This record gives sequence, structure tokens and C-alpha cells, in this order.
Amino acid sequence: MFRGNIDRLVEPPLRLVGFVCVAILLLILLFLVKEAAPVLTSGGWRMFFADSGWYPMEGLFGILPMLVASLAVMLGAIVIAAPIGLGCAIFLQYYAPPVLAKLFRLLLSLLAGMPSVVLGLWGLTVLVPIIGSWQPPGTSLLAAIIVLALMVIPTMALASASALCAVPDSLMNGAAALGLTLRARICYIAITTAGAGIRSAALLSMARAIGETMVVLMVAGNVVQYPSGLFEPVRVLTANIALEMAYATDLHRASLFASGLLLTLIVLALAWVAARSSGSSKQYG
Amino acid sequence: MLNIIRSIQASTRRLMMLAFLVAITPQLSIAAEHLSITGSSTVAPLALEIGKRFEKLNPGIRVDVQTGGSSRGINDARRGLADIGMVSRALKQSETDLTAHSIATDGIGIILHSDNPVTHLSDDQIRGIYTGKIRNWRELGGEDRSITVVNKAEGRSTLELFLHYFGLRNSQIKARVIIGDNQQGIKTVAGNPGAIGYVSIGTAEYEEQRGITIKRPIVNGAEASIAKVRNGEFPLSRPLNLVTRGEPSEWAKRFILFAQSAQVDDLVEGQFFVSRQH
Repeated sequence: MFRGNIDRLVEPPLRLVGFVCVAILLLILLFLVKEAAPVLTSGGWRMFFADSGWYPMEGLFGILPMLVASLAVMLGAIVIAAPIGLGCAIFLQYYAPPVLAKLFRLLLSLLAGMPSVVLGLWGLTVLVPIIGSWQPPGTSLLAAIIVLALMVIPTMALASASALCAVPDSLMNGAAALGLTLRARICYIAITTAGAGIRSAALLSMARAIGETMVVLMVAGNVVQYPSGLFEPVRVLTANIALEMAYATDLHRASLFASGLLLTLIVLALAWVAARSSGSSKQYG
Repeated sequence: MLNIIRSIQASTRRLMMLAFLVAITPQLSIAAEHLSITGSSTVAPLALEIGKRFEKLNPGIRVDVQTGGSSRGINDARRGLADIGMVSRALKQSETDLTAHSIATDGIGIILHSDNPVTHLSDDQIRGIYTGKIRNWRELGGEDRSITVVNKAEGRSTLELFLHYFGLRNSQIKARVIIGDNQQGIKTVAGNPGAIGYVSIGTAEYEEQRGITIKRPIVNGAEASIAKVRNGEFPLSRPLNLVTRGEPSEWAKRFILFAQSAQVDDLVEGQFFVSRQH
């Protein structure tokens, strides 16, 4: 009875907090749509895909090269980060002695919380000159991919570790009782069971990578062009907004908001797929 | 019963007090004079600093600075939305309804890595480099090293001035790196022996004196220095203006005179601009 009362007491504020969160997200979307309206309503969005390049001063607003660059950077980063992150998670969960595991987990959390601008500075002053001495100018797709991969490895590792942690002990113990080695148990039981969770970890890492701004702005070179090679400079959508928003007016400003809207939709789609994929993992339980 | 009435009276009195306070507060803030300045983001940090000093010397005035580009400065001054507009260029033919009051000059200097042996560049050579016709320093008497062209992002007034001076369109420029602010430009050039870029002369001179590995070549015979910009001998420069429409208000007039006086020279130089000759 008493507990019921507390529930009744706590529920309205919790409901309010939840409602406020959703409302803020919706308001942000609404705001983006409102600010992008001049481009969206006049059919101007077609120029995003039809114009030959991004030269707002000359009235050219082609964002396709930047969209492709964003996707390329994101995919490159996840191709590097996913195996390394998953490896970290397996080590953490099954191989590391308890003391080491604790330390390792702490280190990963620390890395995950590191301000991205610090990584960007490192990239600009250390990584870019190294690449540049080999293939000038150094600021390139490759630099962006490496720095972003470093950034999302902790996310990938921690999220996969918690997916592996959720694999029922009964399954692992049963497999051990059948005489499977640890390696076989990890490959055939743990990873397949936690597959959905690992997939959603990868998707969340991808969402983080495509939304990242400062790091990419500092190391990618920001030239608007289709990524034709690893050593070519590229500009991603987020960097474009950060570079130009403070100086943009009228249609230029509206098209920056429209590209922000596009980015938000991509991130929402990734989050939705991730949620769906981790939701389906409950069938295993 | 009496108690209740008394308490109601007391709370009514309190409410009336509160209402009175609320009513007079806006009048108090209106009593303080308000000067609004909008426009160029190049001029804004300087105007903000000048505004702070102006407020200190003139208690009772509040200076409000907002950015939005030179075009906003023109529009707001024209439509009376702001007392003063900030414009980081000379006024155009179509803008003669406004009056420009120059408060400082900004010059654009070409910068190279200090290891680059090239010391002179002509306008044509720079045009060739930026349009991708000249790709190696060897063609200009330098080392056999490919040229990394560093350009500014769209919307920067330095980019507009650069394009205007060299008669180029931004789509003609074949850049390898695009940067946002002056600092990023200096870091990029300092870290790449084959790079060429352009930044505010004040910033370049300051960073060079600090030992950063950049240098300013002589462009078309003109040495890029603060002194040359001040006496008008350096072509790649632009005035930083405060603009007003018609007869400015008393406070606006005082602010403009203050911003043009020697009292703010240190602030102008603090922003790496070139102060006026007094």
C-alpha cells in the first residue's frame, strides 16, 4: 500500500520529465524545419542534388559531395573502430584478470568522455603533419577517419561489452559443460547471442561519428569535393555548418539549416535501426 | 474573522507593492540610454571592446553589439533597426545614403612557410597558384615541392576581399585546405612547407614575431606590414567602418568619435587591426 503511494507520488514528475525531453526533441526538429523553410518550400532543395558545387556566394548549393564525404568518413571510422572495439570488449569480458579489467574499463570510460576537440588538436598537430610529409597536404579523408575511429572505439567497446555481459550464464556454462573451448564459446555462443546488441553498438558509434564536428573540421581539410582518395581533403556536413553558419544570411543560412535537418534525420534513422535491432535481441533471453 | 480580513489586507498591500515594483522596473532600464550596433563579424569583437570602455567612461549608456555580417550592418542602419552598422569594406555605389566612419584598417597578407625560399610573388603568380595553373614551387624558383593552397570558407570577408582584389570567383579556386579563422590558417601553413595562405596582416606579423614558422613574401613589390597598411601603400587592405544614416543621435556621434580617437588604439591593435593615423 505504502509503496503504491510512492509510485503514485513519483509518477507525475517522471512523466513530466519524459514529456519535456520528447517535447524538446520535437521543438528542435520543428525549429530546423522552420529555419530551413525558405529552401524546402520553394523547391530549392532540388538544387542540393542538382547544383555542381557548393558556392553560396555564386548561388550554387550542391551538398551531395559533402553528404557522400560524411558517409565515407562514418563508414571508414566504423570499419576501423568496430573490430578493435569488439576485441576490447571480448578481452574485457572473458580474458582480462579482474584487476586489469577494472582498470581497462576505467580507461575506456575516460577515453569515451574525452573532449573531442583535444583529439582534434592532436590530429592537427601530430597526425596531419605525419600524413602530410608522405602525401601532402595531410588534412584528408584518412586523417578524419583515423581520429574519428579513435573517438568511437570506447563507445563501441563499452556498448559491446555490456551486450556480451547480458549473454545468459546458463548458455555459456552449458557450452562449457559440453566441452567447448573458451574460444569456441566466444565465437559461437557469446557473439551470436549478443549479435543484436553488438550491431546496435556499431550503429550508435556510427551515429556519433557522423554527428561529430570539431574533430573533422580540424583535420579533414574542408574542401568541398567527392572523396576520390584517402589522401584527398573533404568537407563533411557538420563541418560545413560550423564553418559557415556565423557568416551566412538568407538562402545560404536556410540551406545550412536544411543540411542540419538532413543530418538529424540520418542520426534518427541510425538510432531507430539500433533500437529495433537491440529490441529483437530480447527474443533470445 | 478580523484576523482573516487583516491578513487579506496585508497580502493585498504586499501585492500592490510588488505590482508597483514591477511597473517601475522597465522604466528604470529605459532611463539608461541604449546604443545598438549590428553588422560585420570582423568589426564586432573590436566594437565590443570599444563599447565596454565607452560604457565605463559614460555611466548610464549601454552598448549592445550583435553580429550578422556587413550586409546586416547596412540593412539595420538603413532601416533604423540599429543606431550604428558595422561594415568591413568601403561603401558601394548603391549605399551612398549611408555615411561611413572608418575606425581601423585590416590588411590581408599572403603567408608562406618560413622554410620556403620564395620571397617575391606577383599578382599573376598568386592568381596562377590559386587557380591551379601553378602546382609546384619549382615553377616559381623554389624547391621541388607541390603547392598546398589554403583558402578561407565562404562568407568570410577576408575571402571576399581576396577574390575581389585578384578578380577571381570562388569556384575558380582549387584549394587543398579550407580554413575558418586566421589562427587555423596560420597553424596549417606553419605545419606544411609547401603551403600558401592569407590572413589578417596584424595576426601574421604578431605570430611571426612570436617565432611561428611563417613568413610574408613581397607581393607585387609591396611589403605586407602594418606600417604599409596604415599609410595606404598596401593594396590588399580594407577599411573597417561604422555606418550611420542621416544625422546620428547624440550618443552615436559620441561613440563614433570615441572609436576614432587615439584612446582606443590599444584595443584596435589588440584585435590585430591597424589603427588610424591621428
